[in-house]
Amino acid sequence: MAKPKVAFYWCASCGGCEETVVDLAEDILKVVEAVDIALWPVALDFKLKDVETWQPGEVAVAFINGAVRLSEQHEWVRLLREKCPLVIAFGSCAHLGGIPGLANDTTREEILANKYHRSLTVDNPNRVEPRTACTVNGYELELPLFWKDVKPLDAVIDVDYYLPGCPPPTALVAQAVDAILKGALPPKGSVLAPEKSLCESCPLNETKPETLAIKEFKRVATSTPEPDRCYLAQGYVCMGPATRSGCGERCIHGNMPCRGCFGPTPGALDMGTKMLGALGTLGEADSDGTAMALAGTLADPIGTLYRFSLPASLLKRRCIEKEEAL
Amino acid sequence: MEEASFEPKIVGFLCRWCSYTGADLAGTSRVQYPSNVVAVRVMCSGRVDPTFVVKAFADGADGVLIAGCHPGDCHYLEGNYKAMRRVPMLKNLLSQFGIEPARLRLEWVSASEGEQFAALVKEFTEQVRALGPLRWEERVAALSESA
Repeated sequence: MAKPKVAFYWCASCGGCEETVVDLAEDILKVVEAVDIALWPVALDFKLKDVETWQPGEVAVAFINGAVRLSEQHEWVRLLREKCPLVIAFGSCAHLGGIPGLANDTTREEILANKYHRSLTVDNPNRVEPRTACTVNGYELELPLFWKDVKPLDAVIDVDYYLPGCPPPTALVAQAVDAILKGALPPKGSVLAPEKSLCESCPLNETKPETLAIKEFKRVATSTPEPDRCYLAQGYVCMGPATRSGCGERCIHGNMPCRGCFGPTPGALDMGTKMLGALGTLGEADSDGTAMALAGTLADPIGTLYRFSLPASLLKRRCIEKEEAL
Repeated sequence: MEEASFEPKIVGFLCRWCSYTGADLAGTSRVQYPSNVVAVRVMCSGRVDPTFVVKAFADGADGVLIAGCHPGDCHYLEGNYKAMRRVPMLKNLLSQFGIEPARLRLEWVSASEGEQFAALVKEFTEQVRALGPLRWEERVAALSESA
């Protein structure tokens, strides 16, 4: 029997998800033994027209990482959806928007202004900006459209499964590949990771006191957490209570409070407000004044509470039509 | 919608023990007040998950009112303190998203404060009316690519 074919594709991402495939190390040989890689732009040269020639169903699975911000990415993922019976959103960016999704905290105009005009290292006297079409020496050149916002994969195509994480740990990837090969997948739409919150599997859970009384939220940017005590108990915004487990507690072992890359626990509509609810319970303040002071120490609420999930949140993006002059 | 005919849509999360009873008292006492607040009875102001508030705004509310027992009077001892801590954080979050913090209000209304409840609804309705319609969905659509 011919080996099933799989495709890997990347959109707005950093390449870390590709790295996780490489990190399978010798296990990649097992994968290659079991499947043929039909598309993997990071390692092998493929063009859109190659994919266009595929028969529908010829390539069984597409693993797509990265959020969607360019018209070109949209074109690719629509084509992959058309050709592949199984599409898996691979990693935080495809799942929820991820770090690139934080761009929804600003506007396209602001991004272009900063990148092409305001940045001190940019010299652009003709005020050149990227355009979707231009003519150079008689040649028509095209660039993809830079969208107004960042979208998670399922906002533009139907997604069958989600592999969470920034990047997804190799163990989960291997498990998912195994489930696909055996045909033992859970119901469509499932996130292929445990259902409990990170706190349940956290090695520091035992050091979490019965009641927490956070008087002030601390930041890892300005102070260093003690490595062997619950970060929340120390006042750091550790996203553990609102985040799905399965990551292998990589950040916790690296003395970094959870940042929430695995996304919300099942059933949670909005990760940031769920965490905010928890912080209200864990904080200590018994008057309007102290409650406001406590809230004031929570820096950059969007960036902290929705670090990986802003485009998939209920409010989706910041909407301030007229930016104050910077 | 013309500003002149704008009637704010306000979702009110009222604690079952104090504020909802207070609202009931306003009704049975036949106190006149605006009908802009749609009351949702919850067991406690501490039960108001910030997700409820954000979902109300995302789904078309112009304002959200949370009302609970006065501090010290909570049926569950400290549920209202949770609301007290969440609301300022939530206001900061909403403000960063571009939603005026004045569209969210937390107040304490006891079961005997029917008059006060009516006055609060009247005042808050006018406050939200002055802010104008939120139109969140429309604003997001204008700043998003339709794919």
